[in-house]
Amino acid sequence: MSKRIEVEDLNVYYGNFRAVEGITLEIEPRTVTAFIGPSGCGKSTFLRTLNRMHEVIPGARVEGKVLIDGNDLYGPGVDPVLVRRQVGMVFQRPNPFPTMSIKENVLAGVRLNNKRISKPDADELVERSLLGANLWNEVKDRLDKPGSGLSGGQQQRLCIARAIAVSPEVILMDEPCSALDPISTLAIEDLIEELKQQYTIVIVTHNMQQASRVSDKTAFFNIAGTGQPGKLIEYSDTTTIFSNPQVKATEDYVSGRFG
Amino acid sequence: MSLTATPPQAPVTQNGISNSLTAGKLPRYASIYVLVGALAASSAVFGLVAVSSGELFNIAGAVFCGVVLYTASIWLISRLVEGSRKAADRFVTALVATAFTIALLPLISVAFTTIVNGLPRFDAAFFTESMRNVVGAGGGALHAIMGTLLITGMAALISVPVGLLTAIYLVEYGRGKLKHGITFFVDVMTGIPSIVAGLFAFALFALVTDDPGVRMGFGGAVALSVLMIPVVVRSSEEMLKLVPNDLREASYALGVPKWLTILKVVLPTSIAGIITGIMIAVARVIGETAPLLIIAGFTTSMNYNLFADRMMTLPVFVYTQYMNQGTDSQAYIDRAWAGALTLILIVALLNVVARIIAKAFSPKTGRR
Repeated sequence: MSKRIEVEDLNVYYGNFRAVEGITLEIEPRTVTAFIGPSGCGKSTFLRTLNRMHEVIPGARVEGKVLIDGNDLYGPGVDPVLVRRQVGMVFQRPNPFPTMSIKENVLAGVRLNNKRISKPDADELVERSLLGANLWNEVKDRLDKPGSGLSGGQQQRLCIARAIAVSPEVILMDEPCSALDPISTLAIEDLIEELKQQYTIVIVTHNMQQASRVSDKTAFFNIAGTGQPGKLIEYSDTTTIFSNPQVKATEDYVSGRFG
Repeated sequence: MSLTATPPQAPVTQNGISNSLTAGKLPRYASIYVLVGALAASSAVFGLVAVSSGELFNIAGAVFCGVVLYTASIWLISRLVEGSRKAADRFVTALVATAFTIALLPLISVAFTTIVNGLPRFDAAFFTESMRNVVGAGGGALHAIMGTLLITGMAALISVPVGLLTAIYLVEYGRGKLKHGITFFVDVMTGIPSIVAGLFAFALFALVTDDPGVRMGFGGAVALSVLMIPVVVRSSEEMLKLVPNDLREASYALGVPKWLTILKVVLPTSIAGIITGIMIAVARVIGETAPLLIIAGFTTSMNYNLFADRMMTLPVFVYTQYMNQGTDSQAYIDRAWAGALTLILIVALLNVVARIIAKAFSPKTGRR
């Protein structure tokens, strides 16, 4: 259960300001794709258009096409809620629901949608999701304790468990490790490696080592200057981007000679 | 030594080497000694005045002069011993404490006076009898307590849904001019004099019932909710704004529709603050007299029906007992004080309940 994402000539606007210009790329199923680039170049904005989360920000709109297995995300009559059920998202800062226990957090996607689930099914889903997020052994004795009592790395894995509990096709990760220490980062990277067997994963990162460690393909975004839209500069296999980039700006960025 | 002098010479340590990091320092409990001294001096002066004039000892005046004297003397002493920087620190600290004391004095004074004067009639009869056919001593305020609870309860029943839904609209949905317009008019509503709210309710029900002398409890509830809604809107709005956007986004990313996100994520996260705000709004209107005097009127009998006839409330009870004293005036004044005490206790009880509810609902952050 993973899907191919095709993006054709996508422009993203905040009001009259064009934040991202003319992006065309294809993401294969069951791969990890990393977006790298300087701050403010539109990586996160572009990522959020892949499950229509950018619409949460007032004034944001999109021109162009995003196809998930051939289905147009921005076609007429598409319900963003249904899109988000297929394309899950993990955020930069861990954000477990503070009013809920660890177990309730994992079940949030089911319970918040008013779906009924029998207790054995719920227990099974909680265990499967937490095992999938590599968190089960650490929290199995305190499932009824609040999720906000976990450490930052555990909270982030709880958020991943919460995202995979609704069985999405694609998981988007917006700098999932930027607030975590190296050990927690390693745990999440191992997890991404495992999740790739089942899901299509897109990850935004500022850490180029991380991009080279976890991703199969890498997209480099850049911005010409303040007030200019971000553009996709180069999109290729990760090894190519890091060892033999075709564009000068990419080489400068990945080798640390940027600017 | 002049007042602008630098801190006095650093003391010489045991082995004869002076530590350049030391400075003059008052003893540990110096400020408490100075405070006690200032209060004693001020009490002595007020005591002398009381003895010579034959009046009662003025506790509030003595405390007030004592703390002001303390502020001045701790600043002077610290300036002489510790230098200007620490003196400024002690002065501002003393100023804050003085302001706190001044704010507290009327509060304690009111509570004390009400308890002392209210206790003589704070008996079983007061809570079990109405004023029907009572002239002189005896009688009770059951009709007024029931009226206050019914009218305030109905006002809350009207205001909480309207106010909370308005706040949800403003925070979650509102955009542009409509949102700013609503915010502006809610702010204007906050400043409406209570008598205007009462006249509004009276005019409304006089028109609706076609009775120019209309009196009913429900009208009082409407008048109170005019005063209560803006408070509920404002406090709930602030509480909803405090909910981090991260949580809303997390919920949307799980494929949860907006209305369910508000109902199951935003409201539970902010419910403690919202309940506190509602309780403050209730406390704000439960003591209103003027609008109830106009539209709910006053009576000496029990009335459980919000939609017909006059209905007594505690503030109006206090007012009428004081204004329309009979021949045995002390009985009326005692009842007025007991009514005031009851009202304060109801508000205090509501606050305690609100705290318990807020604590029960607030997000748990414990690590184990």
